[in-house]
Amino acid sequence: QEIRKEVQALEQTAREILTLLQGVHQGPGFQHIPKKCQKAREHFGTVRTQMESLKTKFPADQYYRFHEHWRFVLQRLVFLAAFVVYLESETLVTREAVAEILGIEADRERGFHLDIEDYLSGVLTLASELSRLAVNSVTAGDYSRPLRISTFINELDSGFRLLNLKNDSLRKRYDGLKYDVKKIEEVVYDLSIRGLNKEATVGAGGEK
Amino acid sequence: GSGGFRKRKHDNFPHGQRREEKENVNPPSALMSSFKSFQLELDTRHDKYERLVKLSRDITIESKRTIFLLHRFTSAPNGEEILSESEVKLDAVRRKIKQVAQELIGEDMYQFHRAISPGLQEYVEAVSFQYFIKTRSLISVEEINKQLIFTAEDREETTNMTSNSHDKEPHTWSLKITPVDYLLGVADLTGELMRLCISSVGNGDIDTPFELSQFLRQIYDGFTFIGNTGPYEVSKKLYTLKQSLAKVENACYTLKVRGSEIPKHMLADVFSTKTELIDQEEGLP
Repeated sequence: QEIRKEVQALEQTAREILTLLQGVHQGPGFQHIPKKCQKAREHFGTVRTQMESLKTKFPADQYYRFHEHWRFVLQRLVFLAAFVVYLESETLVTREAVAEILGIEADRERGFHLDIEDYLSGVLTLASELSRLAVNSVTAGDYSRPLRISTFINELDSGFRLLNLKNDSLRKRYDGLKYDVKKIEEVVYDLSIRGLNKEATVGAGGEK
Repeated sequence: GSGGFRKRKHDNFPHGQRREEKENVNPPSALMSSFKSFQLELDTRHDKYERLVKLSRDITIESKRTIFLLHRFTSAPNGEEILSESEVKLDAVRRKIKQVAQELIGEDMYQFHRAISPGLQEYVEAVSFQYFIKTRSLISVEEINKQLIFTAEDREETTNMTSNSHDKEPHTWSLKITPVDYLLGVADLTGELMRLCISSVGNGDIDTPFELSQFLRQIYDGFTFIGNTGPYEVSKKLYTLKQSLAKVENACYTLKVRGSEIPKHMLADVFSTKTELIDQEEGLP
């Protein structure tokens, strides 16, 4: 019951961060990206305090007993953190960095940690968000961003293909990744066919 | 191009372009190497999970066999034999559980709980059934857990997996049955008791059904006391439990009413038709 209360608070914060970051999809939002990331990072401060109080609500060694309660919100927070980091530096956030942003541990030995499957789920959400961003940045007249996103997502896709996934929710989410890859390919294709990109050849692949 | 992408077939992409990305990835970038380690981590976890599922299946099968064996237990002369045989079988099951415990050393039990839960429930059922036959009472969670401590006798609170840090040599594992698994196991036990009741009538044993109906009623009262505050699975079992109880109560009723009129050998006939009905309803062997 108490866990649920904490998780609801976390969800609320997550929604605020998301709303904030949604701004980048609107035309003029592109100039404000650094500022928005700044603000988002402030919100993550709130997340950290909420995590702290969540940690006190159950015995440390029973993480997986209540895992289901916060699993969803944790995945969402991973995505948000990854999104911020991508917007700032265009790289994939590491698991350790996410854990740090959320104020939790990277491995199980040290307490409330970030489960690898939750981390990967969050990363997959990032992929679909970026394919949206690619579309919208073209609309906003930013023609170079889609190419960078394309490279990034393709690398992500290769990364995921290294994994042997079981038939679980993660696998289902991963199956959605190829559509994101395809979507971005189409954007890149549209750009290159109209000569809107400076590089003649753009790496695009990952179709299965 | 503002939006409005038509779905294009992949053939639209010149082939030369698609090889490019492969080469870009070949030098192990930070991202790829981190995914390599994720691969390892996930594989390890899945392997462990599969091993546990397999163990759990074995535990289930062995426990079921034990239960069938115990059903042959009638106050006949070979009763002792059957009991000791069941003990041997349960020891084998416990050895399997020990392997589970070893797998779980240093792990969070709840992470793999779904892999082992069915086996543990079945074990609870078998062990409590045997216990009932011996003592006519219900085994407690503590009693069960006591038998699941391997190679030592000490046990800590709150942890499901114990590796003693103090006062003992570091080779103690115990596996604790979670309360929910225990409850579900006990709920399944009632089904077995119902069968036992019917078969004992068939054997002309008039006392057992009455004992059973009392015992079941107690369990049922216990469950209704928990009611819907417990986990969802427990509420589901409650319904089945009610049916089992009703069957046993009806059997007792029949015995009471007709016991005075019908000779014993005919009673068996009356109930054997009933048992068939019950088996059909059960749907599960």
